Amino acid sequence: MKVRVFVSLKNGVLDPQGRAIHHAIEGLGIHGVNDVRAGKMIELDVDDSVTDDQLETMCKQLLANMVIENYRIERLAA
Amino acid sequence: MTFRSAVITFPGSNCDRDMADALEKVSGTAPHRVWHGDADLPQDLDFIALPGGFSYGDYLRSGAMAARSPIMQAVIAAAGRGVPVLGVCNGFQVLTESGLLPGALLRNAGMNFVCRDVKLTVENSQSLFTAGYSTGQQIVIPVAHHDGNYFADDATLDRLEGEGRVAFRYAESVNGSARQIAGVLNEGGNVLGMMPHPERMIEAEQGGTDGRALFESAVKALVSA
Repeated sequence: MKVRVFVSLKNGVLDPQGRAIHHAIEGLGIHGVNDVRAGKMIELDVDDSVTDDQLETMCKQLLANMVIENYRIERLAA
Repeated sequence: MTFRSAVITFPGSNCDRDMADALEKVSGTAPHRVWHGDADLPQDLDFIALPGGFSYGDYLRSGAMAARSPIMQAVIAAAGRGVPVLGVCNGFQVLTESGLLPGALLRNAGMNFVCRDVKLTVENSQSLFTAGYSTGQQIVIPVAHHDGNYFADDATLDRLEGEGRVAFRYAESVNGSARQIAGVLNEGGNVLGMMPHPERMIEAEQGGTDGRALFESAVKALVSA
């Protein structure tokens, strides 16, 4: 089963990368973009034996830093 | 009295030799060199140093992989027993990632890698790392980092300030750190993480000696213990 973990910075945490991307978008001459936040997506291929609890543990203990980041787990249909 | 110290090397550490050199020059005894994959530390250590660099290529987040390496379990246990642990630069990132220190180190606010001498203010001269300085003293120590922007929520920052756990503060704008924090102590005062590199200011040939007192303080604390 494919699982995608989306990691994003919490609200209120400064995102200099997102801000730089925002400036670059404006440089393309495209207006109307109000804000940009950059995160990461981690795709895992896991056996059916991997439990939801184990996925949560992976996210909390490694994939996301809970001081600054949130995560969201998305299971893709096989 | 022999000062028994250890410098941990992770794949991608690049300040480990400078750290070892500083410890040897100040204490008179060469530190043990410990590899990240080792499960155990040498017995009866007086001091553990986590050096700067780019452990595991900064994959995932700076310090994230190193914080989960086998040796860190032993470092966390030693810190819990009160052994002094110093993390510099990437070592500071490893300490926050491992939970030994609160907060996190974000990308510098200006997006740029900052590599220059910076002025610091010593905020707490009571710790075993900083007793050789005086509170309010200004010192000059170099920084070299991309992810040095210290972040913690306001309640955590207030607690750190209230408990005297801000060891060093930038005396100038460097990386966007919350409240200009450059170095923090743990609750027990035996773990210090800082972005500036004291090991690069040990002897006059390096351009200054303001980092020396940090190592001297640690050696003195042991001898008088």
